[in-house]
Formats: sequence, C-alpha cells, structure tokens
Amino acid sequence: MARGALRQQLPSRSAKLVAGLVIVSAIVLFAIVGPFVTQDPRSSANDALLPPQPGHWLGTTSLGYDVLAQLAEGARSSLIVGVVAGAIAIAMSVVFGIVAGYVRGWTDEVLSLITNIVLVIPALPLMIVTASYLETRSLWLVAGILGLFGWAGSAIVLRAQALSLRTRDYVSAARVAGERTARIILVEIMPNLLPLLAAQFLFAVILAILGEAGLSYLGLGPNGSITWGTILNDAQGGSALTRGAWWWFVPPGLMIALLGCGLSLINFAIDEIINPKLRLAPAAARSVRQARKAGRDLLAVRAGDPSAATADLVAGDGTKERVGA
Amino acid sequence: MTATTTRGPLSSAAHAAHVATLEPVLTARDVSIEYEVEPPVHAVKNVSLTLHRGEILGLAGESGCGKTTLAYGLNRLLKPPAILRSGEVVFHDASGTDVDVVALTGDALRAFRWDKVSMVFQGAMNSLNPVLSVRAQLHDVLITHRPRMGRAERDERAAELLRLVGVDPSRLDSFAHELSGGMRQRVMIAMALALNPQVMIMDEPTTALDVVVQRGILREIMKLRERLGFAVVFITHDLPLLLEIGDRIAVMLEGEIVEIDTAENIYLRAQHPYTRKLLDSFPSLTGERGGFIRTGTGTVDGTGAEPSGNDEPNGEVPA
Amino acid sequence: MKYYARRIGFYAITLWAAVSLNFLIPRLLPGDPVSILLAKLQRSGTVTPAIERSVQLLLGADSEQSMLEQYLAYWGRLLRGDLGVSVTKYPTPVVELIAAALPWTIGLIGTATVISFVLGIGLGAWAGWKRGTWVDGIIPSTTLLQSLPYFWIALLLVFVFAVTLQWFPIIGGYDVFTFDGPEWSWAFVGSVIQHAILPAATVVISSVGGWLLGMRNMMVSTLSEDYVTTAEAKGLRRRRIFMTYATRNAMIPSLTGFGVSLGFVVSGSLVMEQVFTYPGVGKLMIEAVRNNDYALMQGSFLIITVAVLAALFVMDLVQGLIDPRTRHHG
Repeated sequence: MARGALRQQLPSRSAKLVAGLVIVSAIVLFAIVGPFVTQDPRSSANDALLPPQPGHWLGTTSLGYDVLAQLAEGARSSLIVGVVAGAIAIAMSVVFGIVAGYVRGWTDEVLSLITNIVLVIPALPLMIVTASYLETRSLWLVAGILGLFGWAGSAIVLRAQALSLRTRDYVSAARVAGERTARIILVEIMPNLLPLLAAQFLFAVILAILGEAGLSYLGLGPNGSITWGTILNDAQGGSALTRGAWWWFVPPGLMIALLGCGLSLINFAIDEIINPKLRLAPAAARSVRQARKAGRDLLAVRAGDPSAATADLVAGDGTKERVGA
Repeated sequence: MTATTTRGPLSSAAHAAHVATLEPVLTARDVSIEYEVEPPVHAVKNVSLTLHRGEILGLAGESGCGKTTLAYGLNRLLKPPAILRSGEVVFHDASGTDVDVVALTGDALRAFRWDKVSMVFQGAMNSLNPVLSVRAQLHDVLITHRPRMGRAERDERAAELLRLVGVDPSRLDSFAHELSGGMRQRVMIAMALALNPQVMIMDEPTTALDVVVQRGILREIMKLRERLGFAVVFITHDLPLLLEIGDRIAVMLEGEIVEIDTAENIYLRAQHPYTRKLLDSFPSLTGERGGFIRTGTGTVDGTGAEPSGNDEPNGEVPA
Repeated sequence: MKYYARRIGFYAITLWAAVSLNFLIPRLLPGDPVSILLAKLQRSGTVTPAIERSVQLLLGADSEQSMLEQYLAYWGRLLRGDLGVSVTKYPTPVVELIAAALPWTIGLIGTATVISFVLGIGLGAWAGWKRGTWVDGIIPSTTLLQSLPYFWIALLLVFVFAVTLQWFPIIGGYDVFTFDGPEWSWAFVGSVIQHAILPAATVVISSVGGWLLGMRNMMVSTLSEDYVTTAEAKGLRRRRIFMTYATRNAMIPSLTGFGVSLGFVVSGSLVMEQVFTYPGVGKLMIEAVRNNDYALMQGSFLIITVAVLAALFVMDLVQGLIDPRTRHHG
C-alpha cells in the first residue's frame, strides 16, 4: 500500500518544477566543473579591483583575486556545507519529529520539549556564541553547527504528519501484527512522508547556506575555505561598497538567492503534491475562466458580459459587484 | 426537450394528477452542468424538475450521479470547475412574482440567497466557522438580510431559532468545536430557517450521524415543515428514508432523472430498472433472514429480485 | 487560564535552557577562552583577583569547584542582575551597554517586523483570494525574495540608495555629527527616522515573502472549506466572507508559526545591524565576538532570547484572542 501511494505522489510535470531543477542543476554543475575551468582563486597575481572584462569575467577583488574563480570555489564549499548540514538536520528532525510523533507518551513529551526550546532560541545568535569559542573551524565543523541548530522547524512538521499517520489503518494493522516499532517507522510511515522529507531537506539546505553565509560574513565561518559568505566578508572588509566594486559583492549574494529560489521552486512543486488543493483550486478557477471566454458558461452570458465573471465568490477573481437584475 | 436516447423520466398518471393540484415554487428546465476538466464531465444532463410549495421532494441516487451538483446549480453555488451550460431556473415567489435565478447578479443575487432558498449542507462537521460563536453566525445572516433589526431583536430571533430545532439557547455562545455532530446539524438547520425561506435544500443532512440522532432530526424537520410551510428538496442515497418522509421522489442516474413519481408509487410500482435495483439494495427488517443475500428475497419492496451481479441494460422500459 | 499558564511555563523553561547553554558551551568546547580573555583584559589594565574570579565564573576554570557549584554560582550572579563587565568598553557593566542598545533594536526590528507581518498577511490574503488569476504568476518571484540573504539586501540597498543616490545615510542610528547623544527633539526624531528607513526596508523586504507565501497557501486551502461555501450560500457580503470567514481562519497557522519566523528575523537583523552599524544589541553582540568580549556576548545572547520570548508571548495572546479553540484547549 505504501508503494502505490509513493508512485501516485511523483511530481507531475510543472513549469515551477522544471525551472527549479534547471536552476539548481546549473549551479551544481558550476560548483563541480567551475573550479577546474577557472583561474586559481587564491592567486593574487592580478591587478586589483578590475571591473568585469575578458579574462576576468567578474572582475577582481581589492587584493587581486579573480572573482569568478572565487565564486566557483565558493560554490563548491557552500554547497558542501549546505548539503551536509541539511543531511544532519533532516536526520535529527526524523528522530525528534517522526519518532516522537509515532511513539508518543513520555518520549514524545521530552523530545517535543527539546524541539520547542531549540526552535524558540534564536538560531544565529546561538551559532555565533558557539562558533566564537572555537579558534579553528573547518568546513565540516561549520556544517555540523548549522545542522545541529537547524532541525527544529522540520521536526515539528514531521511530527504532525507522523501523528496523523499513526492512526491510519495500515499502520494499526502492522502494529497489531507485531511488527517492531523501528520497522514500522521505516517501512510504513517514512515512505509516505517522502515528498515531505524531500521538501524539508531542501528547506534545510537553503537555511544552512544562508546560515553559513551569515556566519562567514561575520567572520565566524570556516577558516581557510572560500565560500560565498567569506567572499562577502572580504568585500565588506575591502570596502567594496564605497569603492563601487559591485562585481565583487553582487554575484555571491545573487548566487545564494538563485540557489534558494531554485530550491524553493522545487519545494513549491512538492507542496502542490502534498496539498492538492493548492494546485486544483487555481487550476479549476482558470479552466472556468477559459470556458467563460468561450461563451460556454450560461451564467456569464446571462449576466451580460461573457468575458467577465459574475459576482460569485466561486469565481475567485474578485470582479466588482454588479447591481441590478 | 431531451437529448440522447432516453425519453425523459418515467412517471405515472397518478403522479400527473397529484402535481396538478399543487402550486410550483421552483421550476428548473433543461439544466445542464458540466465540469471543465480534461475530458469534460457532463454531471447534469438536461434535467427538468418542478418543486411545489410545501412539499418534500426526494432526490435519490448513488454517489456521483449528479444530485449534489444539481442542487448547487439550483442554488447558484456552482464552484469551479463546474459551469452551467444551459437551462432555466425560475423561483415563484409567494408574493406572486417570478425570479429568473440564472440571471441574478450582485446584490440581487445576495438578497435572494438564504432569504428565498436556503441550504443545509452535507456533513455539517465543517460547515460552521470555527472561530465565530453560534450567536455571531446566526446574527450575521440577520444583519445582512434584515438590516432594520435591532440587536435585541436579533438575539431574540436567534434564541427562538435554536428552540425551534431543539437546542438550548444557552448554546448561543458556544463554538463549533464544543458541539456534538447532531447539535451542529441542528444549528445548521436553525440557520437555514433564519429568514423563513420558501425552499430548503438539504444535501444528505443526516448521513454522517447515527440512526437515533438521525431520527430526531428528521422528526424536527417534518414538524418544522408543517409549521412553517417551506418546501424541501431532500437529497440522499438512502431511498427507504425518502419513502418514509417524501411526498415525491426523483431518481437520478448518471446526470439524468430516470424516474419521478409519488413516494407510494415508487414503493409499490417502481418502473425503471434502476429504481428497482436501488430498492432491492436495501435489506428489510422483515422477511426471511439471509434472504437478501442468498436468494434476493427480503428486500425493501418485498419482491424477489434477480440475483446480484446481473446488470440490466439501461433504457429498457417494461410495459 | 491554563493555556497562557502553560505557555509562560514553557518560556521559563526555555530561558533556563538558554542560560544553561550560555554556561555549558564555553566549558564543553575545546579551547581556553579564559586565558584569551584574561590576556585581553591585561592589555587594558590591571587584572584584580576579583576580575579573574569573575572571568572564571563566566567561562569555567579547572579549579576546585565542581561543575555544579560553578553552575549555581553562575545563576546566583545572574539573578543579582550582574551580567559581568565588558572588555571592549572596560569597565562598563554589560547591563548598561545592553540597556543603551536595546531600545534601538526593539524600536527598529520591532516596528519593521510588525509592518512586515501585517503587509505579508494582507498581501497573502489578497493573493489567495485571487487564486486562478494573474496573481498566481508572481507568487514564485516571492520565493526569490525570500532566499536573499538579509545582509546582502542590506548591502544592495546601501549601495544603491546611500552610496550612489545618496538619499539616505550609510551608517548609524542617528546623525552622530549633529547630536551628541539621544535627546528629545523633533530634529533628533527626524534623524532617527531617516537612519531607520534603509534598515527597516531590509527587514521588511527579506521577511515579507515568507508570511505572504504561507498566508496565500492557507487562504487557498481555506477558501475550499465548507464553512466558506456556507457563508456564500447565506448571501453574506464578500467583505465579511473575506475578513471573518476566510482570513481570520487562514491566518491562524501564521500566528502559530510566528515563533519560527521571528527567529529568522532576529538572525537576519543581527547581521543587518552590522552592515548599517546600527547601534542595537545585534551590533553589540558581533563587536563582542570580534573582541572576545565573552561577558558582553553572553549577555546579549540572553537579552535577545528574552526579547524573542516576550514577542512570542504577545503572539500567543493574539492567537488566543482570535481562535477560541486555542483559548479552550491550548
């Protein structure tokens, strides 16, 4: 039963999904291939603060580093941090969310309390506090910190779903048949939550990348690595703003935004699978509008204006109300 | 008047004689409703129906036959992707004027709603706004449609309505989640009566409730109908229920009305094979035990039917 | 009432957790923050045994005291209102520094958050109402807005409006050249507002997308609920249906989720204050980090947490007001 449901939930083609996948794939490709085809990001042999030109497509920094090369290297590091942190976050939220929601009782109370506390305590300040005590921070360490503090929101969402799923018939059947809890969670519950897990993972990755950017911007990111965040930190330190070196600080932020946008679009598509109303209601309203334009709706025709809608709420397009008839 | 292969709903002379003595309150002619999906679904095909003042008209059929869609169409509540392809719906007001329901727009449509024709929806579980009190929800109908009523008058009317349906007026300040299923349904009925409508459309009003509660509510409805004189379109798949409470019954199949007759005639002399099948699908409280399943006897209308699993061709009309 | 009591209880526990984290983290992580801090202090003046003691209390020492004794002593100091002495502004007490910075943060971030929330919910409700129309097309672009890092937007705004167009000042909470310090004059207020516009715009631009999206999706869901159909069948005015039947129900999850959103706003504002050199608690905290001023850092973290909890409690009150189910069951 779980497998059938999974098949049903595979995303149908949609513009948002395609756009998101294209953007994300392009960035991933850039991260993988980029460092091989660009210059050495750590070589300061170039002239400083060159605007974009052939040879330095994104210009150079105040210390002579090629921005494009830094961007490519930064892509790789930022993505690694994002994905690793996202994976840690998802693993934690499965434990604190799904296990808590399914098992209930005291386990649930304790896990939920911890989840809520971690949720409410502001994440970035906490990460700042933690990072500040550490002199050397590797890429993995930063990813670890981000993952460790970023799972609470997902945990709550997953818990709510686990709560509702545990009362489903097939889960009850498995319980009665004596299956072990771990097996039930892995085999009966999680496959049905796959779209949700995917969406939450993507969320976690976005948050991790944003978080890393923030930490790096403050100088608390991974030492020695180049990430999009460290580029921004350097840009601030090198007075990119006042010197008008927009090619230095615009691209890193733009990359983060594009990645976030791509991931969000994918999440959108997943959202529409999880919540069909989001897809169906607007689609239904659209098809009715088309029918109206074609003159097929008697109500619109009788109201005197075939292309506009009547004052019904059901149309959902909020045309002004007409008095009369 | 009709398309396709059928010749219009089966009926009887007794039925024609019966309706001749009645006064129509809502007339629907050739109503067709389509769902704009891929491929388009013809939910209601050229249905004509006349509801008379003060009568209970049952609309029976299985799930998906279009009865709810038809009701929404009569009431101007079609939601996308449903559209009204063709047809005429006329409301014959008690004051003597006729209202072309299809042509109503804007304020006129809003004024018509609930005042002349009100509705009790399927599964009142979610029909009440969870964040407003019962009082507020009874009031807002009055505020919108009877702006001259004062606050005290509204309170009085709200209490009176609750009493009418057998709910203690102290429940006025309750919220939906504090009421049981049966009580919620009663509140919905009270709300539907608020403006003394001439027609009430009830879509499976008791299906989600247990039988004892169902009986109580149905008795309320019958009492109220006698007292206040409104007509009822009662939509349900429960044909035996309609036989009990209905005056006339229309049987719907795949978007068309295949038979319409008085309740008595449907019970004793159902003509259309589908009607017979519907009647045969309900086990009876009398007759031989096990007869329903094994031999096909022990059905509601007492006749022995063919063994189940035997599909009869549609449109066949035995003499 | 039970619901509010439970919420307050939860916040109390959270506060305890935050304090404990402050206590535990420096002691659990590798490194010797005590020496670092003492070395720093030595550079600004002599270090008395009392100061040394205080630093050890703050960050841990391998002295004879057990962890538990240190923990209790830590709490003791806290409850006396002593958050330590700052290194960067030696010897000003941390409490004073935070007290001076707090109004700026609350004023700016608080106002901007309220504006953003109201705007997001309002626009989201409208976008949901208009489902199936052209409005659906611009929804995905709000996701782009949402993914922009706070401080990057801040940098952009500064670059465009302050450096290039010179419409707004680049840094500060008010014009430090004209005014010596805060004073009650219209000119001062004007200066404050002028300096607050870009930072506030940053907060609003970054956070409005989240609320807009969430509200829009909830609205689309809510509009297909039975009670909305009933409201329409009752012939109610569209405005009433929009406000009382649709929006009021659709906004409840946004209130519930406000805690999570606020976390992001706070995190983002922290960095944003850095960009604008805005004299708030965020900038204080970051400066503290740069200077290994652990006392100030821990103090700022605590105060930020308290502010967030207070805001959450206000939201709980609002939610209790709007949703009777919350009031009754919690």
